[in-house]
Amino acid sequence: MIALSDYLILSAIVFCIGLAGIFINRTNIIMLLMCVELILAAVNTNFIAFSYYSSDVAGQIFVFFILTVAAAEVAIGLAILTLMYRNRGSIDVDVTNSLKG
Amino acid sequence: MMDYQFNTADLFFALPELFMIAAIALILLLDLFVSERFQNLTYYLTQSTLAITGYFAFNLIGESAVIFDGTYVLDTIGSYFKVFMMVFSIVALVYSRHYLRAHNLLKGEYFILSLLSVLGMMVMVSAHSMLTIYLGLEIMSLSLYTLIAIARDRAVAVEAALKYFVLGAIASGLLLYGMSMIYGITGSLDIGQIAAFATGANLNSEQVLILNFGLVFLVIGIAFKFGAVPFHMWVPDVYQGAPTSVTMFLSTVPKFAATAMLVRLLIDGLGGLQAYWADLFIILAILSIGLGSLVALMQTNIKRLLAYSTISHIGFILLGFITGVVEGYGAATFYVLAYVLMSLTAFGIIIALNKQGFEADQIVDFRGLSKHSPWFALLMLFVMLSMAGVPPFIGFYSKLFILQQVVSAGYIYLAVAAVVFAVISAYYYLQIIKTMYFDDAEKEITVTAPLDMRIILSINGALILVLGLMPSYWMELAISLF
Repeated sequence: MIALSDYLILSAIVFCIGLAGIFINRTNIIMLLMCVELILAAVNTNFIAFSYYSSDVAGQIFVFFILTVAAAEVAIGLAILTLMYRNRGSIDVDVTNSLKG
Repeated sequence: MMDYQFNTADLFFALPELFMIAAIALILLLDLFVSERFQNLTYYLTQSTLAITGYFAFNLIGESAVIFDGTYVLDTIGSYFKVFMMVFSIVALVYSRHYLRAHNLLKGEYFILSLLSVLGMMVMVSAHSMLTIYLGLEIMSLSLYTLIAIARDRAVAVEAALKYFVLGAIASGLLLYGMSMIYGITGSLDIGQIAAFATGANLNSEQVLILNFGLVFLVIGIAFKFGAVPFHMWVPDVYQGAPTSVTMFLSTVPKFAATAMLVRLLIDGLGGLQAYWADLFIILAILSIGLGSLVALMQTNIKRLLAYSTISHIGFILLGFITGVVEGYGAATFYVLAYVLMSLTAFGIIIALNKQGFEADQIVDFRGLSKHSPWFALLMLFVMLSMAGVPPFIGFYSKLFILQQVVSAGYIYLAVAAVVFAVISAYYYLQIIKTMYFDDAEKEITVTAPLDMRIILSINGALILVLGLMPSYWMELAISLF
């Protein structure tokens, strides 16, 4: 039997990897998107674990919505990324940093 | 949960949202099929949709109901917020059209995306479940990301969209993580049940700890959406990079939605933990006011300057929520209203200076405005004095009400710090006035804004003064919402 806390620890680790990836990664924007997906995966794990252990389906339904929204989000993100590449010829984080003040 | 019965009469309470989504679908189809000659059709349909939705929301003021199995709530604050959002969206779109024409961006998509983001904000305002809040937030954000990137040949606009997208996605992730923790400990997504759990007397220390753990993430998510320091990184870049009309929209209407999200999650839901989140808000508020006032001193781009000015206004709004009393929440809501009025006028004037292929976004573009267009210079003077907090403008009273509440709640050091930073920030507001009135223009300034925009901009600017002369009605209204 896997305890609830095991799921929570797993999701906390995945969450931290995602968050650390965002702050450490200084090269590629696609990597940023992957890290965001990791954070959402951690959240989903949390919701499903809580939902299962409290036998309440609302959490699992929430996960369906998160998955759908994440798909829409990535679609928009990649579209913006394509525009970026067309305008600048690169998707490096360094190149895409002209707004400063 | 299982015995939920769908009741058709409930649909009546969601009439504004239902009407809007139907209208969006219709406008989307029409926009596809009507020829270029009727380009204005989409614009007028959008404006009438907003007006009718606002009318429906206005008629529902006073009604209150929790419907759709507790996921949607209709109450006075929600209805008032919706009416305000509709009115300000209409004004923002009137201004936007001039800008879009001047920069060849006038397309149907712009208006449809604006409507969609307003729909998301309405869902947020009326949310009574964490799921609804999240969905409303995402409808709003996804439309706004796209709206910024609508100037797709402009590298800075695309960069701004990308930054907003990445940081917004991270913020959503953090908010969701907090929601999952709150769901785990309370066992419910429903705001009412979360409130019942959080105010319960028999919470053990472990439960309080987990609630607080979730709470921190919720506060981070909310601070991101507001643009409060230290989660403000996106604000200056997005304000500067986005097309000015989008910046205007972004800096005004979504502030109502962010306030509503704060009210739903932290006051309606976790009101029992007010003492805990107020501590976090103190840090956010004082950092926002300080950084917003200091960094703005060095800006040469007026959109970027207004971004930092926004950050410092957000600090004041958050101060109102620290007090933990109804009057404080009312003062914060009044501040949101005042800020949106001022910000709309400021960006409206910037947009009025735009002409075919010319982007007026530097402070030097305002040189000698008083000679060429004394009326717009006067309106800008109103806005700047109001933002600086000079009586009798509305900005003075909004700051006054907040500081009164902060002092009476016992946070005298916060009030003192806020006033000191407000005085510092007066420098850059006065600098703009000096630029308009005492510097000579290098080139001819012609204001090509159409008549409807001039009229609405004048009313908008005049309201800053008029509402400042009778602020008590609006203040009482704001308090009555809580």
